[in-house]
Amino acid sequence: MSGADKNTSGNILLDVEKLGISFGGLKAVDNFNLKIEKGELYGLIGPNGAGKTTIFNLLTGVYKPDTGRIILDGADITGKPTIEINKAGIARTFQNIRLFSNLPVIDNVKAALHNHYRYGLIHGIFRTPLYYRTEKAMDEKAMEILKVFELDGVADYKASQLPYGRQRKLEIARAIATEPKLLLLDEPAAGMNPQETHELMETIKFVRDNFDTTILLIEHDMKLVSGICEKLTVLNFGRVLKQGETYDVLHDAEVIKAYLGD
Amino acid sequence: MKNKSKAFKQSFTTYALVLAFYLVCEIWLKTGNMSSLMEGLLVPLCYYMILAVSLNIVVGISGELSLGHAGFMCVGAFTGAIFAVTAGAEMPEYLELFIAIILGAAVSAVFGFLIGIPVLRLRGDYLAIVTLAFGEIIKNVINTIYLGVDVEGMHITMKDALSLNLGEGGKTIIKGAQGITGLPRNANFTIGIILVFISLFIVLNLINSRQGRAIMAIRDNRIAAESIGLSVSKYKMMAFVISAALAGVAGVLYAHNLATLQATPKNFGYNMSIMILVFVVLGGIGNIKGSLIAAVILTILPEKLRFLSDYRMLIYAVVLIAMMLFNSAPKAVAFRERLVESISRKNKKEAKEEA
Ligand SMILES: Nc1ncnc2c1ncn2[C@@H]1O[C@H](COP(=O)(O)OP(=O)(O)O)[C@@H](O)[C@H]1O
Ligand SMILES: [Mg+2]
Repeated sequence: MSGADKNTSGNILLDVEKLGISFGGLKAVDNFNLKIEKGELYGLIGPNGAGKTTIFNLLTGVYKPDTGRIILDGADITGKPTIEINKAGIARTFQNIRLFSNLPVIDNVKAALHNHYRYGLIHGIFRTPLYYRTEKAMDEKAMEILKVFELDGVADYKASQLPYGRQRKLEIARAIATEPKLLLLDEPAAGMNPQETHELMETIKFVRDNFDTTILLIEHDMKLVSGICEKLTVLNFGRVLKQGETYDVLHDAEVIKAYLGD
Repeated sequence: MKNKSKAFKQSFTTYALVLAFYLVCEIWLKTGNMSSLMEGLLVPLCYYMILAVSLNIVVGISGELSLGHAGFMCVGAFTGAIFAVTAGAEMPEYLELFIAIILGAAVSAVFGFLIGIPVLRLRGDYLAIVTLAFGEIIKNVINTIYLGVDVEGMHITMKDALSLNLGEGGKTIIKGAQGITGLPRNANFTIGIILVFISLFIVLNLINSRQGRAIMAIRDNRIAAESIGLSVSKYKMMAFVISAALAGVAGVLYAHNLATLQATPKNFGYNMSIMILVFVVLGGIGNIKGSLIAAVILTILPEKLRFLSDYRMLIYAVVLIAMMLFNSAPKAVAFRERLVESISRKNKKEAKEEA
């Protein structure tokens, strides 16, 4: 096996090999392999409890894997803490929305700009010119990102005041603000109506094309998945059931039987 | 940006409120109408306000519970007092006070850092217990310490004053439970208010800075904060250390308002820590202005209503429970939200009618 050697040179952004984790006796993820190319829009699907969110938690360092390796853009990030993984270039959204609910919408995004726009505590407390300059640049950048998600009009609202669909969008905006190489979206369309889902599809495509990022998303909405994902992995009981081009995967007899139903 | 002007307005009204409070008290004092009881409360009001602001950093901004804030105050008080009767004794009084404040803040910050280490690991109840224990331990340790100085330098023991073995011309600084005597008593209301302003300046600017935003983001959602690259330990520690430093400043002010400084259950025990917590909870957790007002009211009221003073802690307990119910019981929250909404709707309507 010389997976790493093969891929450092190539166009592979994420290379996951033999990833596995157990909770008690349950193998939530087992021998999971995944390769994602730069700029790809990749879908991860499978029935509830298949281990999809667990894979996101492994990729972002929330859980430490029992087995396997995670290589991001040539660098081994296996077992690193979440913060380091974000700095290395992975950002995510959560299946159960996790916003900074008492902060204004714009501050949710500005918090995510934290590591790209810097000044020391002393500058912050004494409000030096650097403070004003940096805060202004952060405001502008945050508004620019919010505009993409049509949230610029509600920038001053508390995040918790937003309706559900817009909270989901704000989570994506916040993740994008960290300038990730790889963006993980956990059921971004959950709880949205068809109209909202359609808009979200357009937004996701726009984000991929305009923010120079690669997207891996978990989704149950097959319209969304077949509409925007170029490749798919189907997960079942913590194992890969099928992997490949979206059309092929969705028309695979085994996948239809296990997940899509009759 | 609207958001910005709102933050500015909030800071501004807080400063204005303290300034107004200062002016009213000064005029009251200068016209000779203030009772000596009230006059004696002026400096305490200042250190209580600083303590309220300080604890609000931990409880309100950072979302952690500290039940040992009197401990940091105690550290600051003794640091400042030791300086006042040693190196500071020969200095002009304002210079002495200035240096004592810096030292008190610094030493309390160091203690804040040390206590902060478990803060980063513990949550909720456990943290409350650790901080509570810290406050009690500090107070009790100081009660057993004898500290003296002679030509050879500092001597310290936990036995008695004689065991210090001071040389000729030596001087005992801390005499165990008797504490430190011969303090300069050079604190006054104006200095107190200046320190309140400095504390407010630090905290209000912190809230509106990159660091403050990180602290509040971590408070609101730790996992999400980590996912965008915010260091939970760094910013929790930052909040805790700044808070401890300000509590230390309050302690220095406290020590410079007395002739003798002792660590008793009354001034540095958990009753004090609870009282500071009541200021914060009653003023609205995270609401700096509210906690200032609560500190003033809860300091003056028991003095004015002497007959209540026996029940002070009982009343605080009831206030704490009532506020927690008011703030977190689902029905109470729903009621409060309806209330706020109806008020804001009314305000909007009035604003429209005016326009
Ligand atoms: N922290 C955990 N402790 C124990 N079991 C867990 C934990 N996280 C996930 N699981 C289990 O792992 C399995 C996969 O869960 P999850 O990844 O959330 O599924 P999906 O996102 O595909 O619906 C489930 O059986 C779940 O109960
Ligand atoms: Mg899931």
